[in-house]
Amino acid sequence: MSAYLSIEQIDVTFTRGRTVSNVLRNVSLGVDRGDFVTVIGHSGCGKSTLLNVVAGLVEPATGAVIVDGVSVAGPGPDRAVVFQNHSLLPWLSVYENIRIAVDKVFAGKKTGKERHAWVLHNLELVQMIHAKDKRPNEISGGMKQRVGIARALAMEPKVLLLDEPFGALDALTRAHLQDAIAEIHQRLGTTIVMITHDVDEAVLLSDRIVMMTNGPSATIGEILTVPLARPRKRLDLAEDGAYHHCRHQVLEFLYARHASRAA
Amino acid sequence: MTATVTRLPLPEPEAPPAPDVLSPAPDVAAEPPTPPTADKPGYILESLRRFAGAIVPPIVTIMMLLAVWQWLCADPTALFPSPLSIWEQSRELITDPFFNRGNLDMGLFWHVSTSLQRVAIGFAMAAGVGILVGVIVGANSLAHRAVDPLFQVLRTIPPLAWLPISLAILREAQPSALFVIFITSIWPIIINTAVGVRNLPPDYLNVGRVLQLNPLEMFTKIMLPAATPYIFTGLRIGVGMSWLAIIASEMLLGGVGIGFFIWDQYNASRIADIVVALAWVGGVGFLLDRFIALLGQFAARGAAAS
Ligand SMILES: Nc1ncnc2c1ncn2[C@@H]1O[C@H](COP(=O)(O)OP(=O)(O)O)[C@@H](O)[C@H]1O
Ligand SMILES: [Mg+2]
Repeated sequence: MSAYLSIEQIDVTFTRGRTVSNVLRNVSLGVDRGDFVTVIGHSGCGKSTLLNVVAGLVEPATGAVIVDGVSVAGPGPDRAVVFQNHSLLPWLSVYENIRIAVDKVFAGKKTGKERHAWVLHNLELVQMIHAKDKRPNEISGGMKQRVGIARALAMEPKVLLLDEPFGALDALTRAHLQDAIAEIHQRLGTTIVMITHDVDEAVLLSDRIVMMTNGPSATIGEILTVPLARPRKRLDLAEDGAYHHCRHQVLEFLYARHASRAA
Repeated sequence: MTATVTRLPLPEPEAPPAPDVLSPAPDVAAEPPTPPTADKPGYILESLRRFAGAIVPPIVTIMMLLAVWQWLCADPTALFPSPLSIWEQSRELITDPFFNRGNLDMGLFWHVSTSLQRVAIGFAMAAGVGILVGVIVGANSLAHRAVDPLFQVLRTIPPLAWLPISLAILREAQPSALFVIFITSIWPIIINTAVGVRNLPPDYLNVGRVLQLNPLEMFTKIMLPAATPYIFTGLRIGVGMSWLAIIASEMLLGGVGIGFFIWDQYNASRIADIVVALAWVGGVGFLLDRFIALLGQFAARGAAAS
């Protein structure tokens, strides 16, 4: 009932011209403080829409989102988002991309010097200090996502929202970033909601996996609790029965019970 | 003449991604930044060679053109002066741009600089108003639908066609000339700025929304920089058009200025002087274009595709 992040009976419809499409129907979810929750589902089912509702970027037709007891009305830095397409501002350096957020969020709360230090601290957290004066088009996709994560963390969000943050990366880079986000979660205890379409990623990172049915009118089909201790080691998991059990359950949900019609 | 095609800066293909840090350890990627081998002895020679490679071909082309021209117009009865006879007839004009004997009898530098001052004033006004209107129109889809067709029509009106109207309203030559520059160069600036704002990736706006930027911050910190490459495309087209406009309108308005100088020499049948003036007009027009392009590169810095 009194979860830290509470999504309550969300309905989302989009109106495009005369066609009205119901994307999400009656979605309810509670996330405890410090939880790492991933949302998985087939492409186009409405995962991003759900995340955007929590972010306040999309307004639901009915229902409410409550964060730490406060009802969400519009976007805000307490629900920082890392978008899939690295949304770093290309005309700013890596440092400036974070500084713009820190300056806005901590205006009047931190001095200029403190803000500078806070930017560097967050860059250090994602191991990107070395590129602080580079521009986004001078660094790789994986580095951009690291900076995006640093910017989001720098806002000290109550909930960190990640929309398929590693979807466009190669497997090796993705593994590094997964390790980085797992470590940050462990270290800071941030509440995280992350969207993914990668089953292994979901099992590796989450406390709970939220599985969504296919759209239109998608909703939460099942929630799987992942009973694996942290920190989780990629190599050890390969031989862990519980890991394979979780993996199998998600795969079964996605490909046996809710197979994508489009594919 | 009114080639105001809305040139869009095409999104550059993403630069080949730098190799990702394999191990997240910071020291792996933190190699000491090596400046472009500035201190190697071969560097100066190499850049000299590159400079020569850029400068020699056009010089050779010009030499060849001059030679052909000389050959075609060498006959003293030719209707058009040859390069050598231009040199003889207009030597003072060519060699001394700075003489000033008063009464409009002055070197080309003075004429050009008067024209340039007019362009600077008219164009600066067009840039200021054009960017502001462009952002407003681009950010508001209803406003865009309402006024874009009008702008598309207005931008095709040739500069000189505005002159009678501006003379009728403003009555005096100087403000009329400025108005003609303003009105011809503002459309490409508005149109391109609006396109830039409309093409703004929604993610950039979402970043601003998550940060709860106020409308002014949204304008200065997100929209303006994101549209910068487009704005400079508009400015470049605009500055070219304002240079066309000032030459043409000075021809009609008289007084000091390179446009009137050309008209004056035409009336005095001094074709050689006109050719020299045309070289100045072309050169200055080229420099104006380069100047805005350079300014754009500086302002946009990394603002291409991220
Ligand atoms: N702004 C919008 N207007 C209309 N339809 C939209 C909009 N955003 C998303 N949709 C539709 O909603 C559905 C879910 O989209 P999305 O949430 O992006 O899916 P996912 O992230 O799971 O791939 C899709 O069918 C998409 O076409
Ligand atoms: Mg999506």
